[in-house]
Amino acid sequence: MSIDMSQFYQVFFEETAEHLATMENLLLTLDIAAPDAEQLNAIFRAAHSIKGSAGTFGFTDLAEVTHILENLLDGVRKGELALREDMIDAFLDAGDVLKGMLAAHRGEGETDAAQAAAICQRLRQLTGDDAAPPAPAAASVPPVPRRAPAATPPSVAAPDESGHDLFFVLDGDAATTAAALDNLNAALAALGRTSVVAAAAAPGQPWHLRFRGATDAETLRGMLEFVARNDSIRVVPLGQATAFEDAPDGAYGFFGTPPAPAEEEAYGFFEPLPASPAEEEAYGFFAPLPDASAVPAPVVQEEAYGFFEPLPPVEAAAASAPNADAQDGAYGFFVEPQSLPAVASAAPPPPAAEKPPAAKEVMRPVPTVVKPGTDASIRVGVDKVDQLINLVGELVITQAMLAQSATQIDPVEFERLHNGLIQLERNTRDLQEAVMSIRMMPISVVFSRFPRVVRDISQKLGKQVELQLSGENTELDKGLIERIADPLTHLVRNSLDHGIEAPEERAAKGKQPVGTITLKAYHQSGNIVIEVGDDGAGLNRQKILAKARERGLNVYDQMTDQEVFALIFEAGFSTADQITEVSGRGVGMDVVKKNIAAMGGRVEIDSMPGIGTRMTVRLPLTLAILDGMSVAVGAETYIIPLGYVIESLQAERGMIKSVSGVERLIQVRDEYLPVVPLHEIFRVPGAVASFADGIMIILEADGVKAALFVDAMVGQHQVVIKSLESNYRKVSGVSGATIMGDGRVALILDVSTLVGMARHALPAAA
Amino acid sequence: MAQDFAPQSSRPAAGDEGGHAQEYLTFTLGPEEYAIDILKVQEIRGYEPPTTIANAPAFIKGVINLRGIIVPIVDLRIKFGVGKIEYTPFTVVIILSIGGRVVGIVVDGVSDVTSLRAEQIRPAPEFASSVDTRYINGLGTLGERMLIVVDIERLMLSAEMALVDEAAEAAA
Repeated sequence: MSIDMSQFYQVFFEETAEHLATMENLLLTLDIAAPDAEQLNAIFRAAHSIKGSAGTFGFTDLAEVTHILENLLDGVRKGELALREDMIDAFLDAGDVLKGMLAAHRGEGETDAAQAAAICQRLRQLTGDDAAPPAPAAASVPPVPRRAPAATPPSVAAPDESGHDLFFVLDGDAATTAAALDNLNAALAALGRTSVVAAAAAPGQPWHLRFRGATDAETLRGMLEFVARNDSIRVVPLGQATAFEDAPDGAYGFFGTPPAPAEEEAYGFFEPLPASPAEEEAYGFFAPLPDASAVPAPVVQEEAYGFFEPLPPVEAAAASAPNADAQDGAYGFFVEPQSLPAVASAAPPPPAAEKPPAAKEVMRPVPTVVKPGTDASIRVGVDKVDQLINLVGELVITQAMLAQSATQIDPVEFERLHNGLIQLERNTRDLQEAVMSIRMMPISVVFSRFPRVVRDISQKLGKQVELQLSGENTELDKGLIERIADPLTHLVRNSLDHGIEAPEERAAKGKQPVGTITLKAYHQSGNIVIEVGDDGAGLNRQKILAKARERGLNVYDQMTDQEVFALIFEAGFSTADQITEVSGRGVGMDVVKKNIAAMGGRVEIDSMPGIGTRMTVRLPLTLAILDGMSVAVGAETYIIPLGYVIESLQAERGMIKSVSGVERLIQVRDEYLPVVPLHEIFRVPGAVASFADGIMIILEADGVKAALFVDAMVGQHQVVIKSLESNYRKVSGVSGATIMGDGRVALILDVSTLVGMARHALPAAA
Repeated sequence: MAQDFAPQSSRPAAGDEGGHAQEYLTFTLGPEEYAIDILKVQEIRGYEPPTTIANAPAFIKGVINLRGIIVPIVDLRIKFGVGKIEYTPFTVVIILSIGGRVVGIVVDGVSDVTSLRAEQIRPAPEFASSVDTRYINGLGTLGERMLIVVDIERLMLSAEMALVDEAAEAAA
């Protein structure tokens, strides 16, 4: 059930850092007067990717800032907003804030909530988005919004026609609060009548406003969130106000200045203690209070989730430092004796309400900080790794050469030398294995992030989806792994959002209410194939065509399904009726195509209305490992990818059938298969010519079977595929080359072509 | 004084007569001596039997593993039709780095590195030979020796060497 996300944090940090760097570079090169659409798209995509992954991994503060950034970028990209110099500045600053957040999550710095809020504000202003609540002043975003849910008060009431009581605490100093209040008043005046029931005596004290109007509680809350501390907001329908009035008020009295959720305070006051969160120490801290026993046990208990976790000390510092000024208040409250009586009565309700979120936090321990060092990795240029692999290969050859020479030396007389060589052999092999393993990773590294992605998104969308994985052990190059993750995530999100229907809809169509998404990886004809399939609604050809026309693309009704489906890879193309958090902006699919093309691969779409959609990603095998069978023909060794081999057998005379005088068929059980003599096709001298003396290897490619005739089978290896084309050209019947253990080059056969040769003309029986 | 003298001593051929000299690697194919731009040479190594490639022209001996890179080997003796085709411990492969590709050429032996000034290279007359005169930059004179200066990059990337895909298609 619980998936340990922390293993992916490192990847997320690295990816996000990369995206941020890309964004910054692009922003810096952007021509303000005439921005390049492609560049704008690229910047937007970077922001979009950050938002997507941040959301997936639960780094809501990053997601929040990028979301606003993305909105603005989207406007610019679509030409709705003109690009201005101050926008670029804001973008760059936003990038810096994001970097700061990222560093904080890594445990290397502190999140600056005020800064984040300021940049959000600035971006919103630039967007000129009317939808954004009109509250331009104070810092409003909580330092780490992850905690915001915990603060959600129990008193969110159903919309009440008559009005609401609003309780909140303004953030910031006197000057900013005044401005914030003005703005709030103006905003509320537009909606209804507002009266001040109780003004704050000092900055940090709670406000109580009475609002009369038809606006529902959520809207009011939304407006308040921009001026007040998120966690302090209480919106209570007027009728019920009295019931709650005491409690929140009392609570504020008790909580003092920052009525932040207990957890946050916990950081505040536990921070001075040694990081090891021993219970005694915790109580020891409370002890100096005038009436320690009055400090309600439930509070401690609930808060305990926050601080009894073995939190790295960094987080405590990170979380508390930005609230430096608030902390004073926090400490103040504890020494304020008159507040204390309220403690016992008022405190219990909020903790009780906070219980579920708190429990959730425990299940997902400390998602904000990954302990530095535990998952340490260094990023090294691929060329360096390649060089390493090549050098080790060379070492293996030298070692083999030495071993060869040593056989001619008297083992008794030179025992030490022999022992040394045996040691060398072992070490070399270990070294080679270790070096090879640097590059190769099973695709499960990528796949394993999807259960969470699918779960989260399907929950968000209210869909029921089951994820099926297969071929997780297919190994591919690390470079490819890193680069395929993003496109695959997009494809999966896309399938979830557009493919799988809502349960009711599925039931109405007579399908299982639970949709299925399949992720499959395998090797096929020199490619790595990754399929993302769903059993959803399928693509709507008409809708795509209509949308394409709307966008002014050159389309016509006679286009094949493949061509039509390929349109969804156009930049900015989305047939989603509305923009959701998951997708619908039309970014993603063009990124997918771009990224995959950059890897030398391609994407294909198969779709059947009502049955489902399958996206097939084909990647070339550059540097992928292949399970191969080595066969000998004459003096040559060839590698056959094992996936094509069905069986091998020694032909008996009677099995070989001739057609028009030439022996070209072999009867295997009740099938007649064409024989492909490899030595003839490749003109290898000195090979076994008689079919009865060699080995027949039955291959199947593209649904066609053939028997490949070779001299002998040598063994089975895992080989690293090297391109023949980088220094030479493409050779028919050969898909690549590899370097064998002895340093010699062996060619990897292109089975599809060879099997095809059996069907077509053979090289006129040379 | 010393500073003035130093550069002259390091490049006597260039310094003495003032012409622009270029360095060439010279090698022999049978009785003939060839010169190629030394900057195209990556390394020189002994011959090792390559892995043959199916249906390749005879002068393409196959591919070898050069520290993890697959490098095609061309026997220039076969291509140029000179010298005895034998592979002895003294047979040499010159590994060239041309146009982003790495290619090895088999020659009888490597002679030396020489500097040739532009005026030492005479244009080659039109003559029939197994190698197109297009790929011969000229004939260099070095005392009694005549060096055939080959534009190795153009030659190796040309269609007739069949080393490059586009060229191979163009030739077909």
